[in-house]
Amino acid sequence: MEVTTNTQVNERELWGGGAKPFSASYGKIMMWFFIVSDALTFTGFLVSYGFSRFKNINSWPIADEVFTHFPFLHGVDAPMYYVALMTFILIFSSVTMVLAVDAGHHMNKSKVTFYMLLTIIGGAIFVGSQAWEWKNFIKGEYGALETKGGQILQFVNLENNKRISVQDFAIGINSERQTHKSNIGLWYQNEKTLPKITVEEVKKGFLANPNLTIRTEQISENGQKTLLSRDEAIYKIDDAIGVVEGANLIHNEYGNRLFADFFFFITGFHGFHVFSGVVINIIIFFNVILGTYEKRGHYEMVEKVGLYWHFVDLVWVFVFTFFYLV
Amino acid sequence: MAEGQHKLAIFRGLLKFKSNQQKIWGVLIFLSIVTTIEVGLGILKPEILMTSFLRMKLLNWIFILLTIVKAYYIAWDFMHIRDERSGLKNSIVLPLVILIPYLIFILILEADYIFDVMDIGFVSWNF
Repeated sequence: MEVTTNTQVNERELWGGGAKPFSASYGKIMMWFFIVSDALTFTGFLVSYGFSRFKNINSWPIADEVFTHFPFLHGVDAPMYYVALMTFILIFSSVTMVLAVDAGHHMNKSKVTFYMLLTIIGGAIFVGSQAWEWKNFIKGEYGALETKGGQILQFVNLENNKRISVQDFAIGINSERQTHKSNIGLWYQNEKTLPKITVEEVKKGFLANPNLTIRTEQISENGQKTLLSRDEAIYKIDDAIGVVEGANLIHNEYGNRLFADFFFFITGFHGFHVFSGVVINIIIFFNVILGTYEKRGHYEMVEKVGLYWHFVDLVWVFVFTFFYLV
Repeated sequence: MAEGQHKLAIFRGLLKFKSNQQKIWGVLIFLSIVTTIEVGLGILKPEILMTSFLRMKLLNWIFILLTIVKAYYIAWDFMHIRDERSGLKNSIVLPLVILIPYLIFILILEADYIFDVMDIGFVSWNF
C-alpha cells in the first residue's frame, strides 16, 4: 500500500502509523468526538422536552405568551423579537469566528486578533441576553393561582379580553401571618418568603369584580387557552391552594411546571456552553496576541475552538426552534 | 489548509464563490434569510399552515425543516465538514443521523401513548 508523503507536514504531527487519519490532526478529531457526544447529550435533553410536551400536548404553555419582553419596550407585547435578535447575534459571532479561522490559515495575526475579539463580544452579549431572559421569566408578569393538582389558573379581564395581574385585583385582608424565621421561632425551622398576597385576597378580589374570569391550561380546538364562564370560574377558584408569581423549579405561573424545569435546564446548559466558549475564546485570544501560534507555525488552535463555538451556535438553532417557535 | 482546498460551491454547485471569505458572508446572508422567514412565520402564523399534518401543525413541520437546513449549512460551511475527507464526514454525521431519529421515535411515540391514557381518563391528572 502506498502512503502519500507530504513534505510540508511536521514530523511531530504525524501519528504512530506515520500518517494523519482522515488527514486531520489529533486535536481536531478529538474535538469532533466531543462534539458528537455533546450533540447526543443535547438531543437527550431536547427529546425529553418533546416527551413531556407530547404527554401534555393539550395543556402545554404557548411560548408566544410567555416570552413577550423586549428591552426598553415596557408593556409592549413583542413575542419572539428578542430571541430572534439573540439568534442573529450568535450567528454573527459564528461568522466572525470562521473569519478568524480563515485569517489563521493565512497567518494574518492582526486579523485573527480582531475577529476573535468580535467573537468574544458577540458571545458575551448573548450570555447577557440570556440572563435578561431568565430574569423576566423568573420574575413573571401576571401571577396565577395553583390548584391542589398542580394546575395553573390565570385571570382574564372580560372587558378587554386581556390578562390581568393578580396584584391588580386582589383585595387586601389584614393578616397577622408573617414569614417564619429561625431567629424568631423554632431555630431549626424556617420557610420560604411568603407571596405578597394570599389566596384569600385573590379570591375576595375575584368575587368582587364580575368582569373577571379564569383561563385554564387546556388548549381548545382553535389553539387558544380555554376561558371558563363566570359560573364555572367561581366554582373552580375554590380548588386554588396557592399564589404563584413568576417561575422556579417547583412552581410556574405560565402553566406546566415541567415547562419551567426544561427551560431552566436546557437554556441553562446551553448558556453554560456559551460561557465556557467565551472563556476558552479569551484564552485563545491572549495566546494569539502573545504570538504563541505565530511561533508554532499554524493557527489550528483557533480552528479547534471555532469548531466548539459553531457547535454552540448549532445547538442554539435547535433550542430556538423547539422552545420559541414550535 | 491552503485556500485552494476549500470547496467554494453551495446549493449543489448552483452558487459558486470566489474566495472562502465570500462564501462565509454568503452563508451568513442565507442563514439570516432563513431565520427571518422563521420569525416572520412565527409572528404571522398564516391560517393555511395551521392545518394538522402527521399529528403536528404544518407550520411546525416547516420550522423543523428550516432548522435542519440551517444546521446543515452551519456544519458544512462554518465547521468545514464540506472540506473534510468522506471518512471523517461519515463517522461524524452517520451516528447522529441514525441515533437521533431513533431516540425521537421511541420517546415521542411513548409520550403520545401516555397522553392517550390520560386523555381517556384512565389515570386522573386533574384533581
